[in-house]
Amino acid sequence: MSDMVLETRDLHMAFGGLVIFNCMNFALRRGERHAIIGPNGAGKTTFVSLVTGLLKPKSGNVFFDGRIVTNDTPQQRVKAGMVRTFQINSLFKALNPLESVVLALLERDGKARLSLRSVSAETKLIDEAMALLTQFDLARDAYGLTEALPYGKQRLLEIVLAVALQPKLLLLDEPAAGLSTQQGHEVFSQLAHLSKDTAILFIEHDMNLVFRYADVVSVFAAGALVMQDTPENVRRSPRVREVYLGN
Amino acid sequence: MSAIERLTPERAKAATGYFARLARWNVYEILFWLALAGMYFVPNVDLVLMSQIFIWGLFAMSLDILLGYRGIPSLGHAAFFGVGAYVAGYCGKFGWTEPISALVLAMAIAAVVGWLTGKLVQRVTGVGLLMVTLGLNLILYDLVHRSTDVTGGDDGMQGIVIAPVLGLFRFDIFGRTAFWYALIIAFILFVIARAVVKSPFGLALVGARENPRRMIMLGAPVEGDVSRAFALGAALAGAAGALLTQTTQFVSPNTLSFQRSADVLVILIIGGTGRLYGGFIGALVFLILRDWLAAISPVYWYFWIGLLLVVVVSFFRKGLLPSLETLLNRWKPSKADGPTA
Repeated sequence: MSDMVLETRDLHMAFGGLVIFNCMNFALRRGERHAIIGPNGAGKTTFVSLVTGLLKPKSGNVFFDGRIVTNDTPQQRVKAGMVRTFQINSLFKALNPLESVVLALLERDGKARLSLRSVSAETKLIDEAMALLTQFDLARDAYGLTEALPYGKQRLLEIVLAVALQPKLLLLDEPAAGLSTQQGHEVFSQLAHLSKDTAILFIEHDMNLVFRYADVVSVFAAGALVMQDTPENVRRSPRVREVYLGN
Repeated sequence: MSAIERLTPERAKAATGYFARLARWNVYEILFWLALAGMYFVPNVDLVLMSQIFIWGLFAMSLDILLGYRGIPSLGHAAFFGVGAYVAGYCGKFGWTEPISALVLAMAIAAVVGWLTGKLVQRVTGVGLLMVTLGLNLILYDLVHRSTDVTGGDDGMQGIVIAPVLGLFRFDIFGRTAFWYALIIAFILFVIARAVVKSPFGLALVGARENPRRMIMLGAPVEGDVSRAFALGAALAGAAGALLTQTTQFVSPNTLSFQRSADVLVILIIGGTGRLYGGFIGALVFLILRDWLAAISPVYWYFWIGLLLVVVVSFFRKGLLPSLETLLNRWKPSKADGPTA
Protein backbone atom coordinates (compact mmCIF):
# COMPACT_ATOMS: atom_id res chain seq x y z
CA MET A 1 0.00 0.00 0.00
CA SER A 2 1.16 3.46 -0.87
CA ASP A 3 2.63 5.60 1.83
CA MET A 4 0.53 8.51 0.60
CA VAL A 5 -3.09 8.89 1.61
CA LEU A 6 -3.69 11.77 -0.80
CA GLU A 7 -2.01 12.77 -4.02
CA THR A 8 -2.89 15.11 -6.86
CA ARG A 9 -1.19 14.90 -10.25
CA ASP A 10 -1.12 17.72 -12.77
CA LEU A 11 -4.33 19.17 -11.42
CA HIS A 12 -5.61 21.94 -13.66
CA MET A 13 -8.50 24.17 -12.74
CA ALA A 14 -10.05 27.25 -14.30
CA PHE A 15 -13.24 29.23 -13.90
CA GLY A 16 -14.01 30.47 -17.39
CA GLY A 17 -10.81 32.04 -18.61
CA LEU A 18 -9.41 32.49 -15.14
CA VAL A 19 -6.79 29.84 -14.42
CA ILE A 20 -6.72 28.87 -10.75
CA PHE A 21 -4.13 26.09 -10.89
CA ASN A 22 -1.85 24.81 -13.52
CA CYS A 23 -0.18 21.51 -12.82
CA MET A 24 -0.79 21.18 -9.12
CA ASN A 25 1.15 18.22 -7.71
CA PHE A 26 0.60 17.55 -4.07
CA ALA A 27 1.11 14.63 -1.70
CA LEU A 28 0.13 13.89 1.85
CA ARG A 29 1.43 11.01 3.97
CA ARG A 30 -0.76 8.76 6.16
CA GLY A 31 -1.36 10.21 9.60
CA GLU A 32 0.37 13.48 8.72
CA ARG A 33 -0.74 16.82 10.18
CA HIS A 34 -0.44 19.04 7.17
CA ALA A 35 -1.16 22.78 6.97
CA ILE A 36 -1.87 24.82 3.86
CA ILE A 37 -1.05 28.50 4.13
CA GLY A 38 -0.98 31.31 1.61
CA PRO A 39 -2.38 34.75 0.92
CA ASN A 40 -6.04 35.28 -0.04
CA GLY A 41 -6.84 34.10 -3.53
CA ALA A 42 -4.02 31.56 -3.54
CA GLY A 43 -6.52 28.78 -4.32
CA LYS A 44 -6.51 27.02 -0.92
CA THR A 45 -10.25 26.54 -0.61
CA THR A 46 -10.56 25.69 -4.31
CA PHE A 47 -7.93 23.02 -3.78
CA VAL A 48 -9.88 21.49 -0.88
CA SER A 49 -13.07 21.58 -2.97
CA LEU A 50 -11.31 19.75 -5.81
CA VAL A 51 -9.97 17.13 -3.44
CA THR A 52 -13.38 16.55 -1.81
CA GLY A 53 -15.25 16.54 -5.12
CA LEU A 54 -17.40 19.65 -4.74
CA LEU A 55 -15.59 20.91 -7.84
CA LYS A 56 -14.32 18.94 -10.82
CA PRO A 57 -10.85 19.69 -12.23
CA LYS A 58 -10.45 20.54 -15.93
CA SER A 59 -7.72 17.93 -16.11
CA GLY A 60 -5.41 15.94 -13.87
CA ASN A 61 -6.19 13.39 -11.18
CA VAL A 62 -6.84 13.07 -7.47
CA PHE A 63 -5.62 9.87 -5.80
CA PHE A 64 -7.03 8.86 -2.45
CA ASP A 65 -5.84 5.82 -0.58
CA GLY A 66 -4.10 4.54 -3.73
CA ARG A 67 -7.13 4.90 -5.97
CA ILE A 68 -8.18 7.50 -8.56
CA VAL A 69 -11.20 9.35 -7.16
CA THR A 70 -11.33 12.23 -9.65
CA ASN A 71 -14.77 11.25 -10.91
CA ASP A 72 -16.21 10.05 -7.62
CA THR A 73 -19.05 12.02 -6.03
CA PRO A 74 -18.51 13.74 -2.66
CA GLN A 75 -20.61 10.99 -1.03
CA GLN A 76 -18.39 8.24 -2.46
CA ARG A 77 -15.32 10.05 -1.17
CA VAL A 78 -16.87 10.39 2.27
CA LYS A 79 -17.59 6.66 2.28
CA ALA A 80 -13.97 6.03 1.25
CA GLY A 81 -12.81 7.98 4.31
CA MET A 82 -12.29 11.55 3.16
CA VAL A 83 -14.21 13.99 5.35
CA ARG A 84 -14.22 17.78 5.47
CA THR A 85 -15.60 20.52 7.69
CA PHE A 86 -16.79 23.86 6.44
CA GLN A 87 -15.49 27.39 6.85
CA ILE A 88 -18.95 28.49 7.96
CA ASN A 89 -20.63 26.34 10.58
CA SER A 90 -22.96 23.89 8.98
CA LEU A 91 -24.89 22.20 11.76
CA PHE A 92 -28.41 20.84 12.36
CA LYS A 93 -30.35 23.60 14.09
CA ALA A 94 -33.32 21.53 15.26
CA LEU A 95 -31.19 18.67 16.59
CA ASN A 96 -29.22 18.86 19.81
CA PRO A 97 -25.51 17.94 19.78
CA LEU A 98 -26.17 14.38 20.98
CA GLU A 99 -28.74 13.75 18.24
CA SER A 100 -26.43 15.30 15.64
CA VAL A 101 -23.49 13.06 16.53
CA VAL A 102 -25.69 9.96 16.77
CA LEU A 103 -27.00 10.81 13.29
CA ALA A 104 -23.44 11.07 11.96
CA LEU A 105 -22.58 7.66 13.43
CA LEU A 106 -25.77 6.08 12.06
CA GLU A 107 -24.90 7.35 8.59
CA ARG A 108 -21.30 6.15 8.92
CA ASP A 109 -22.52 2.63 9.67
CA GLY A 110 -25.36 2.77 7.12
CA LYS A 111 -27.93 2.23 9.84
CA ALA A 112 -30.29 5.11 9.06
CA ARG A 113 -32.55 3.10 6.77
CA LEU A 114 -36.30 2.54 7.02
CA SER A 115 -37.12 0.60 10.16
CA LEU A 116 -39.51 0.52 13.09
CA ARG A 117 -36.84 0.35 15.81
CA SER A 118 -36.31 3.38 17.99
CA VAL A 119 -32.94 5.11 17.90
CA SER A 120 -32.54 4.09 21.56
CA ALA A 121 -31.91 0.49 20.40
CA GLU A 122 -28.52 1.62 19.05
CA THR A 123 -26.91 1.71 22.48
CA LYS A 124 -23.37 1.17 21.18
CA LEU A 125 -23.55 4.13 18.84
CA ILE A 126 -25.14 6.32 21.49
CA ASP A 127 -22.29 5.44 23.88
CA GLU A 128 -19.79 6.24 21.16
CA ALA A 129 -21.49 9.58 20.49
CA MET A 130 -21.41 10.47 24.16
CA ALA A 131 -17.75 9.45 24.38
CA LEU A 132 -16.91 11.75 21.47
CA LEU A 133 -18.82 14.63 23.00
CA THR A 134 -17.04 14.02 26.28
CA GLN A 135 -13.66 13.91 24.56
CA PHE A 136 -14.30 17.30 22.94
CA ASP A 137 -15.62 18.79 26.16
CA LEU A 138 -19.21 19.02 24.88
CA ALA A 139 -20.87 16.50 27.21
CA ARG A 140 -22.47 19.25 29.30
CA ASP A 141 -24.04 20.73 26.19
CA ALA A 142 -25.27 17.43 24.74
CA TYR A 143 -28.98 18.11 25.32
CA GLY A 144 -29.03 21.87 24.76
CA LEU A 145 -30.11 23.74 21.66
CA THR A 146 -27.39 23.65 19.02
CA GLU A 147 -28.29 27.22 18.05
CA ALA A 148 -27.73 28.41 21.61
CA LEU A 149 -24.20 27.03 21.85
CA PRO A 150 -21.39 29.59 21.99
CA TYR A 151 -19.53 29.95 18.72
CA GLY A 152 -16.45 28.07 19.89
CA LYS A 153 -18.54 25.07 20.93
CA GLN A 154 -20.33 25.10 17.59
CA ARG A 155 -16.96 24.89 15.87
CA LEU A 156 -16.03 21.96 18.09
CA LEU A 157 -19.31 20.22 17.27
CA GLU A 158 -18.62 20.80 13.58
CA ILE A 159 -15.32 18.98 14.03
CA VAL A 160 -16.86 16.19 16.14
CA LEU A 161 -19.35 15.47 13.32
CA ALA A 162 -16.42 14.99 10.95
CA VAL A 163 -14.27 13.01 13.40
CA ALA A 164 -17.24 10.72 14.13
CA LEU A 165 -16.89 9.23 10.66
CA GLN A 166 -13.39 7.95 11.55
CA PRO A 167 -11.86 9.41 8.40
CA LYS A 168 -8.51 8.46 6.91
CA LEU A 169 -8.19 12.07 5.89
CA LEU A 170 -9.80 14.98 7.68
CA LEU A 171 -9.90 18.29 5.80
CA LEU A 172 -10.46 21.36 7.92
CA ASP A 173 -11.08 24.71 6.29
CA GLU A 174 -10.01 27.32 8.86
CA PRO A 175 -11.07 25.42 11.97
CA ALA A 176 -10.03 28.31 14.22
CA ALA A 177 -11.78 31.06 12.24
CA GLY A 178 -13.68 33.39 14.54
CA LEU A 179 -12.23 31.86 17.68
CA SER A 180 -10.07 33.54 20.30
CA THR A 181 -6.41 32.48 20.43
CA GLN A 182 -7.18 30.46 23.54
CA GLN A 183 -10.13 28.67 21.89
CA GLY A 184 -8.07 28.06 18.75
CA HIS A 185 -5.44 26.29 20.81
CA GLU A 186 -8.12 24.21 22.52
CA VAL A 187 -9.53 23.07 19.19
CA PHE A 188 -6.10 22.11 17.89
CA SER A 189 -5.03 20.36 21.07
CA GLN A 190 -8.16 18.18 20.78
CA LEU A 191 -7.21 17.42 17.18
CA ALA A 192 -3.67 16.56 18.25
CA HIS A 193 -5.11 13.78 20.43
CA LEU A 194 -6.73 12.05 17.45
CA SER A 195 -5.33 8.69 16.42
CA LYS A 196 -2.61 8.63 13.79
CA ASP A 197 -4.93 6.64 11.54
CA THR A 198 -6.40 9.99 10.64
CA ALA A 199 -4.33 12.34 8.51
CA ILE A 200 -5.29 15.98 8.86
CA LEU A 201 -5.08 18.63 6.17
CA PHE A 202 -5.98 22.11 7.36
CA ILE A 203 -6.11 25.61 5.97
CA GLU A 204 -5.19 28.12 8.65
CA HIS A 205 -4.22 31.77 8.84
CA ASP A 206 -2.97 31.82 12.41
CA MET A 207 0.76 31.09 12.06
CA ASN A 208 1.16 30.25 15.74
CA LEU A 209 -1.28 27.38 15.32
CA VAL A 210 0.29 26.30 12.03
CA PHE A 211 3.83 26.19 13.36
CA ARG A 212 2.82 24.51 16.57
CA TYR A 213 0.55 21.72 15.29
CA ALA A 214 1.61 20.93 11.71
CA ASP A 215 4.24 18.32 10.76
CA VAL A 216 4.42 19.66 7.20
CA VAL A 217 3.46 23.03 5.76
CA SER A 218 2.51 23.75 2.14
CA VAL A 219 2.64 27.31 0.92
CA PHE A 220 0.22 28.24 -1.87
CA ALA A 221 0.50 31.42 -3.89
CA ALA A 222 -1.34 32.40 -7.07
CA GLY A 223 -2.43 28.84 -7.78
CA ALA A 224 0.95 27.24 -7.35
CA LEU A 225 2.60 25.21 -4.61
CA VAL A 226 5.55 27.44 -3.71
CA MET A 227 7.05 25.29 -1.00
CA GLN A 228 6.36 22.14 0.99
CA ASP A 229 8.56 21.58 4.02
CA THR A 230 8.76 21.36 7.79
CA PRO A 231 7.43 24.32 9.81
CA GLU A 232 10.97 25.41 10.76
CA ASN A 233 12.20 25.53 7.18
CA VAL A 234 9.08 27.32 5.99
CA ARG A 235 9.46 29.88 8.74
CA ARG A 236 13.03 30.62 7.69
CA SER A 237 12.42 30.65 3.96
CA PRO A 238 12.94 33.99 2.24
CA ARG A 239 10.64 32.89 -0.58
CA VAL A 240 7.71 32.49 1.73
CA ARG A 241 8.35 35.93 3.18
CA GLU A 242 8.33 37.28 -0.35
CA VAL A 243 5.00 35.59 -1.15
CA TYR A 244 3.35 37.14 1.86
CA LEU A 245 4.93 40.56 1.85
CA GLY A 246 5.65 41.13 -1.84
CA ASN A 247 8.99 42.27 -3.14
CA MET B 1 -5.39 22.78 28.78
CA SER B 2 -7.93 20.31 30.14
CA ALA B 3 -7.02 16.66 30.34
CA ILE B 4 -9.19 14.31 28.28
CA GLU B 5 -12.38 13.52 30.15
CA ARG B 6 -13.63 9.96 30.17
CA LEU B 7 -17.16 8.80 29.45
CA THR B 8 -18.85 7.75 32.66
CA PRO B 9 -21.41 4.91 32.65
CA GLU B 10 -24.03 7.28 34.11
CA ARG B 11 -23.60 9.64 31.20
CA ALA B 12 -23.88 6.83 28.66
CA LYS B 13 -27.03 5.56 30.35
CA ALA B 14 -28.55 9.03 30.44
CA ALA B 15 -27.94 9.38 26.70
CA THR B 16 -29.69 6.10 25.85
CA GLY B 17 -32.45 7.07 28.27
CA TYR B 18 -32.91 10.33 26.40
CA PHE B 19 -33.68 8.52 23.13
CA ALA B 20 -35.87 5.98 24.92
CA ARG B 21 -37.88 8.83 26.43
CA LEU B 22 -38.40 10.39 23.00
CA ALA B 23 -39.90 7.13 21.77
CA ARG B 24 -42.08 6.44 24.82
CA TRP B 25 -45.86 7.03 24.68
CA ASN B 26 -46.98 9.81 26.97
CA VAL B 27 -50.31 10.15 28.75
CA TYR B 28 -51.66 12.82 26.36
CA GLU B 29 -51.20 10.53 23.39
CA ILE B 30 -53.11 7.71 25.07
CA LEU B 31 -55.86 10.10 26.14
CA PHE B 32 -56.10 11.46 22.60
CA TRP B 33 -56.77 8.06 21.05
CA LEU B 34 -59.14 7.04 23.83
CA ALA B 35 -61.06 10.28 23.28
CA LEU B 36 -61.38 9.53 19.56
CA ALA B 37 -62.69 6.04 20.31
CA GLY B 38 -64.98 7.46 22.98
CA MET B 39 -66.72 9.67 20.40
CA TYR B 40 -68.63 6.56 19.38
CA PHE B 41 -70.56 6.61 22.64
CA VAL B 42 -71.48 10.30 22.55
CA PRO B 43 -75.23 10.54 21.95
CA ASN B 44 -76.29 11.88 18.54
CA VAL B 45 -72.73 11.98 17.27
CA ASP B 46 -72.35 12.04 13.48
CA LEU B 47 -70.48 8.78 12.94
CA VAL B 48 -70.05 9.41 9.22
CA LEU B 49 -68.42 12.76 9.94
CA MET B 50 -66.15 11.10 12.51
CA SER B 51 -64.90 8.49 10.04
CA GLN B 52 -64.26 11.32 7.55
CA ILE B 53 -62.16 12.99 10.25
CA PHE B 54 -60.10 9.83 10.77
CA ILE B 55 -59.55 9.51 7.02
CA TRP B 56 -58.53 13.15 6.59
CA GLY B 57 -56.37 12.91 9.70
CA LEU B 58 -54.52 9.91 8.30
CA PHE B 59 -54.19 11.69 4.95
CA ALA B 60 -52.77 14.84 6.58
CA MET B 61 -50.40 12.71 8.68
CA SER B 62 -49.05 11.16 5.47
CA LEU B 63 -48.23 14.65 4.19
CA ASP B 64 -46.56 15.41 7.52
CA ILE B 65 -43.92 12.74 6.80
CA LEU B 66 -42.89 14.74 3.73
CA LEU B 67 -43.50 18.31 4.87
CA GLY B 68 -43.02 18.15 8.62
CA TYR B 69 -40.14 15.68 8.80
CA ARG B 70 -38.35 15.99 5.47
CA GLY B 71 -39.33 19.60 4.67
CA ILE B 72 -40.76 18.77 1.23
CA PRO B 73 -43.86 20.85 0.43
CA SER B 74 -46.31 19.15 -1.91
CA LEU B 75 -49.32 20.59 -3.70
CA GLY B 76 -50.16 17.30 -5.31
CA HIS B 77 -50.63 14.95 -2.41
CA ALA B 78 -54.17 14.04 -3.51
CA ALA B 79 -52.60 12.08 -6.38
CA PHE B 80 -51.55 9.33 -3.93
CA PHE B 81 -54.90 9.49 -2.13
CA GLY B 82 -56.64 9.06 -5.48
CA VAL B 83 -54.44 6.13 -6.51
CA GLY B 84 -55.37 4.33 -3.28
CA ALA B 85 -59.04 5.21 -3.73
CA TYR B 86 -59.19 3.89 -7.30
CA VAL B 87 -57.25 0.71 -6.53
CA ALA B 88 -59.71 -0.04 -3.74
CA GLY B 89 -62.56 0.82 -6.13
CA TYR B 90 -61.35 -1.57 -8.84
CA CYS B 91 -60.87 -4.31 -6.26
CA GLY B 92 -64.44 -3.90 -5.04
CA LYS B 93 -65.82 -3.71 -8.55
CA PHE B 94 -64.04 -6.77 -9.91
CA GLY B 95 -64.67 -9.22 -7.13
CA TRP B 96 -61.82 -8.65 -4.69
CA THR B 97 -64.25 -7.60 -2.00
CA GLU B 98 -62.20 -8.41 1.13
CA PRO B 99 -61.39 -4.91 2.44
CA ILE B 100 -58.16 -5.35 4.42
CA SER B 101 -56.16 -7.09 1.70
CA ALA B 102 -57.50 -4.57 -0.84
CA LEU B 103 -56.31 -1.77 1.44
CA VAL B 104 -52.83 -3.31 1.62
CA LEU B 105 -52.75 -3.63 -2.19
CA ALA B 106 -53.84 0.03 -2.53
CA MET B 107 -51.01 1.05 -0.19
CA ALA B 108 -48.44 -0.99 -2.13
CA ILE B 109 -49.42 0.53 -5.48
CA ALA B 110 -49.54 4.06 -4.03
CA ALA B 111 -46.07 3.42 -2.54
CA VAL B 112 -44.68 2.52 -5.96
CA VAL B 113 -46.20 5.69 -7.47
CA GLY B 114 -44.76 7.69 -4.55
CA TRP B 115 -41.33 6.13 -4.96
CA LEU B 116 -41.28 7.03 -8.66
CA THR B 117 -42.42 10.57 -7.85
CA GLY B 118 -39.56 10.78 -5.33
CA LYS B 119 -37.11 9.67 -8.02
CA LEU B 120 -38.38 12.44 -10.26
CA VAL B 121 -38.28 15.29 -7.73
CA GLN B 122 -35.27 14.35 -5.61
CA ARG B 123 -33.10 17.06 -7.13
CA VAL B 124 -35.82 19.72 -7.06
CA THR B 125 -36.11 22.15 -4.14
CA GLY B 126 -38.35 24.96 -2.87
CA VAL B 127 -41.05 26.41 -5.14
CA GLY B 128 -40.01 23.96 -7.84
CA LEU B 129 -41.30 21.15 -5.63
CA LEU B 130 -44.71 22.81 -5.35
CA MET B 131 -44.88 23.12 -9.12
CA VAL B 132 -43.75 19.59 -9.97
CA THR B 133 -46.05 17.91 -7.43
CA LEU B 134 -48.95 20.11 -8.56
CA GLY B 135 -48.20 19.28 -12.19
CA LEU B 136 -48.14 15.55 -11.56
CA ASN B 137 -51.43 15.81 -9.67
CA LEU B 138 -53.10 17.69 -12.56
CA ILE B 139 -51.84 15.16 -15.12
CA LEU B 140 -53.24 12.26 -13.13
CA TYR B 141 -56.53 14.06 -12.51
CA ASP B 142 -57.04 14.73 -16.19
CA LEU B 143 -56.15 11.17 -17.17
CA VAL B 144 -58.73 9.75 -14.78
CA HIS B 145 -61.28 12.41 -15.63
CA ARG B 146 -61.08 11.74 -19.37
CA SER B 147 -60.80 7.96 -19.39
CA THR B 148 -64.54 7.59 -19.02
CA ASP B 149 -64.51 3.97 -20.25
CA VAL B 150 -62.08 2.82 -17.61
CA THR B 151 -62.83 5.05 -14.63
CA GLY B 152 -66.41 6.20 -15.18
CA GLY B 153 -65.09 9.73 -15.61
CA ASP B 154 -66.99 12.47 -13.84
CA ASP B 155 -69.77 10.16 -12.76
CA GLY B 156 -67.39 8.10 -10.69
CA MET B 157 -67.24 4.35 -10.35
CA GLN B 158 -70.46 2.52 -9.55
CA GLY B 159 -71.07 -0.99 -8.32
CA ILE B 160 -68.30 -1.27 -5.76
CA VAL B 161 -68.94 -4.16 -3.38
CA ILE B 162 -67.11 -4.38 -0.08
CA ALA B 163 -67.39 -7.56 1.99
CA PRO B 164 -67.88 -7.36 5.76
CA VAL B 165 -64.67 -6.61 7.68
CA LEU B 166 -63.14 -9.91 8.89
CA GLY B 167 -66.28 -11.52 7.53
CA LEU B 168 -68.22 -10.20 10.51
CA PHE B 169 -68.89 -6.48 10.33
CA ARG B 170 -71.02 -5.31 7.43
CA PHE B 171 -70.70 -1.65 6.36
CA ASP B 172 -74.02 -0.17 7.53
CA ILE B 173 -75.86 3.05 6.66
CA PHE B 174 -75.29 4.51 10.14
CA GLY B 175 -71.53 4.34 9.69
CA ARG B 176 -70.89 2.16 12.77
CA THR B 177 -68.55 -0.24 11.00
CA ALA B 178 -67.02 2.64 9.03
CA PHE B 179 -66.23 4.43 12.31
CA TRP B 180 -64.36 1.52 13.86
CA TYR B 181 -62.76 0.36 10.63
CA ALA B 182 -61.39 3.83 9.81
CA LEU B 183 -60.31 4.48 13.39
CA ILE B 184 -58.50 1.17 13.84
CA ILE B 185 -56.74 1.33 10.46
CA ALA B 186 -55.75 4.96 11.10
CA PHE B 187 -54.44 4.02 14.54
CA ILE B 188 -52.40 1.04 13.30
CA LEU B 189 -50.85 3.15 10.54
CA PHE B 190 -50.23 5.94 13.03
CA VAL B 191 -48.33 3.53 15.28
CA ILE B 192 -46.20 2.44 12.31
CA ALA B 193 -45.53 6.03 11.19
CA ARG B 194 -44.67 6.98 14.75
CA ALA B 195 -42.14 4.15 15.02
CA VAL B 196 -40.57 5.22 11.71
CA VAL B 197 -40.12 8.85 12.71
CA LYS B 198 -38.56 7.82 16.04
CA SER B 199 -36.20 5.43 14.24
CA PRO B 200 -32.79 6.30 12.79
CA PHE B 201 -34.52 6.97 9.45
CA GLY B 202 -36.68 9.66 11.10
CA LEU B 203 -33.55 11.31 12.47
CA ALA B 204 -32.00 11.21 8.99
CA LEU B 205 -35.11 12.88 7.51
CA VAL B 206 -34.93 15.72 10.03
CA GLY B 207 -31.19 16.05 9.42
CA ALA B 208 -31.77 16.40 5.68
CA ARG B 209 -34.57 18.91 6.32
CA GLU B 210 -32.24 21.02 8.46
CA ASN B 211 -29.12 20.80 6.34
CA PRO B 212 -29.04 18.61 3.22
CA ARG B 213 -25.51 19.69 2.28
CA ARG B 214 -24.17 18.57 5.62
CA MET B 215 -25.98 15.24 5.28
CA ILE B 216 -24.25 14.71 1.94
CA MET B 217 -20.92 15.37 3.64
CA LEU B 218 -21.80 12.72 6.22
CA GLY B 219 -22.10 10.29 3.31
CA ALA B 220 -25.89 10.03 3.71
CA PRO B 221 -27.96 8.79 0.73
CA VAL B 222 -30.00 12.01 0.76
CA GLU B 223 -31.65 11.49 -2.62
CA GLY B 224 -32.59 7.88 -1.93
CA ASP B 225 -34.11 9.01 1.34
CA VAL B 226 -36.37 11.42 -0.57
CA SER B 227 -37.73 8.49 -2.59
CA ARG B 228 -38.23 6.42 0.55
CA ALA B 229 -40.03 9.29 2.29
CA PHE B 230 -42.29 9.72 -0.75
CA ALA B 231 -43.02 5.98 -0.85
CA LEU B 232 -43.97 5.98 2.82
CA GLY B 233 -46.05 9.16 2.60
CA ALA B 234 -47.79 7.90 -0.54
CA ALA B 235 -48.56 4.50 1.00
CA LEU B 236 -50.24 6.20 3.97
CA ALA B 237 -52.13 8.61 1.69
CA GLY B 238 -53.19 5.63 -0.45
CA ALA B 239 -54.54 3.91 2.66
CA ALA B 240 -56.61 7.01 3.43
CA GLY B 241 -57.97 6.97 -0.14
CA ALA B 242 -58.80 3.27 0.07
CA LEU B 243 -60.59 3.87 3.38
CA LEU B 244 -62.73 6.54 1.75
CA THR B 245 -63.71 4.22 -1.11
CA GLN B 246 -64.43 1.30 1.18
CA THR B 247 -66.49 3.25 3.72
CA THR B 248 -68.56 5.02 1.03
CA GLN B 249 -68.52 2.32 -1.69
CA PHE B 250 -67.94 5.05 -4.23
CA VAL B 251 -65.01 6.75 -5.93
CA SER B 252 -64.86 9.76 -8.24
CA PRO B 253 -62.14 11.99 -9.76
CA ASN B 254 -62.85 14.30 -6.84
CA THR B 255 -60.46 12.10 -4.82
CA LEU B 256 -57.59 13.39 -7.01
CA SER B 257 -58.66 17.00 -7.24
CA PHE B 258 -56.38 19.95 -6.65
CA GLN B 259 -58.93 21.12 -4.08
CA ARG B 260 -58.15 18.03 -2.01
CA SER B 261 -54.40 18.64 -2.26
CA ALA B 262 -54.95 22.20 -1.05
CA ASP B 263 -57.33 21.14 1.75
CA VAL B 264 -54.94 18.57 3.16
CA LEU B 265 -52.16 21.16 3.23
CA VAL B 266 -54.49 23.58 5.04
CA ILE B 267 -55.47 20.88 7.56
CA LEU B 268 -51.85 20.04 8.30
CA ILE B 269 -50.79 23.69 8.64
CA ILE B 270 -53.74 24.45 10.95
CA GLY B 271 -52.93 21.45 13.15
CA GLY B 272 -49.16 21.92 13.07
CA THR B 273 -46.37 20.11 11.22
CA GLY B 274 -43.68 17.73 12.42
CA ARG B 275 -45.66 15.98 15.15
CA LEU B 276 -47.89 13.44 13.34
CA TYR B 277 -50.79 14.52 15.58
CA GLY B 278 -51.09 17.87 13.80
CA GLY B 279 -52.92 16.23 10.91
CA PHE B 280 -55.55 14.68 13.19
CA ILE B 281 -56.06 17.88 15.21
CA GLY B 282 -56.31 19.87 11.99
CA ALA B 283 -58.82 17.41 10.53
CA LEU B 284 -60.98 17.65 13.66
CA VAL B 285 -61.05 21.45 13.54
CA PHE B 286 -61.41 21.70 9.76
CA LEU B 287 -64.16 19.13 9.25
CA ILE B 288 -66.25 20.01 12.30
CA LEU B 289 -66.05 23.66 11.35
CA ARG B 290 -66.85 22.91 7.73
CA ASP B 291 -69.84 20.80 8.77
CA TRP B 292 -71.10 23.50 11.08
CA LEU B 293 -70.47 26.39 8.68
CA ALA B 294 -72.00 24.54 5.75
CA ALA B 295 -75.19 24.28 7.81
CA ILE B 296 -75.37 28.04 8.45
CA SER B 297 -74.02 29.41 5.20
CA PRO B 298 -73.78 26.64 2.61
CA VAL B 299 -72.29 28.89 -0.05
CA TYR B 300 -69.78 30.99 1.81
CA TRP B 301 -68.14 28.56 4.19
CA TYR B 302 -64.74 28.80 2.47
CA PHE B 303 -64.72 32.42 3.60
CA TRP B 304 -64.50 31.21 7.18
CA ILE B 305 -61.95 28.52 6.42
CA GLY B 306 -59.81 31.21 4.79
CA LEU B 307 -60.19 33.42 7.83
CA LEU B 308 -59.24 30.53 10.12
CA LEU B 309 -56.12 29.88 8.07
CA VAL B 310 -55.07 33.53 8.22
CA VAL B 311 -55.68 33.70 11.97
CA VAL B 312 -53.88 30.44 12.76
CA VAL B 313 -50.85 31.20 10.64
CA SER B 314 -50.63 34.82 11.84
CA PHE B 315 -51.12 34.22 15.54
CA PHE B 316 -50.16 30.63 16.21
CA ARG B 317 -47.35 30.51 13.65
CA LYS B 318 -46.56 26.82 13.85
CA GLY B 319 -50.18 25.64 14.08
CA LEU B 320 -52.57 24.79 16.90
CA LEU B 321 -50.81 21.79 18.41
CA PRO B 322 -47.36 23.35 18.94
CA SER B 323 -49.02 26.44 20.45
CA LEU B 324 -50.97 24.19 22.80
CA GLU B 325 -47.75 22.46 23.81
CA THR B 326 -46.06 25.76 24.60
CA LEU B 327 -49.05 26.71 26.74
CA LEU B 328 -48.96 23.40 28.62
CA ASN B 329 -45.23 23.69 29.21
CA ARG B 330 -45.75 27.15 30.67
CA TRP B 331 -48.32 25.73 33.09
CA LYS B 332 -46.15 22.93 34.28
CA PRO B 333 -42.92 23.61 36.16
CA SER B 334 -40.36 23.78 33.38
CA LYS B 335 -39.43 20.32 32.20
CA ALA B 336 -35.80 20.19 31.17
CA ASP B 337 -34.91 19.00 27.67
CA GLY B 338 -32.75 16.21 28.94
CA PRO B 339 -30.91 14.99 31.98
CA THR B 340 -28.38 17.51 33.21
CA ALA B 341 -25.09 15.79 32.73
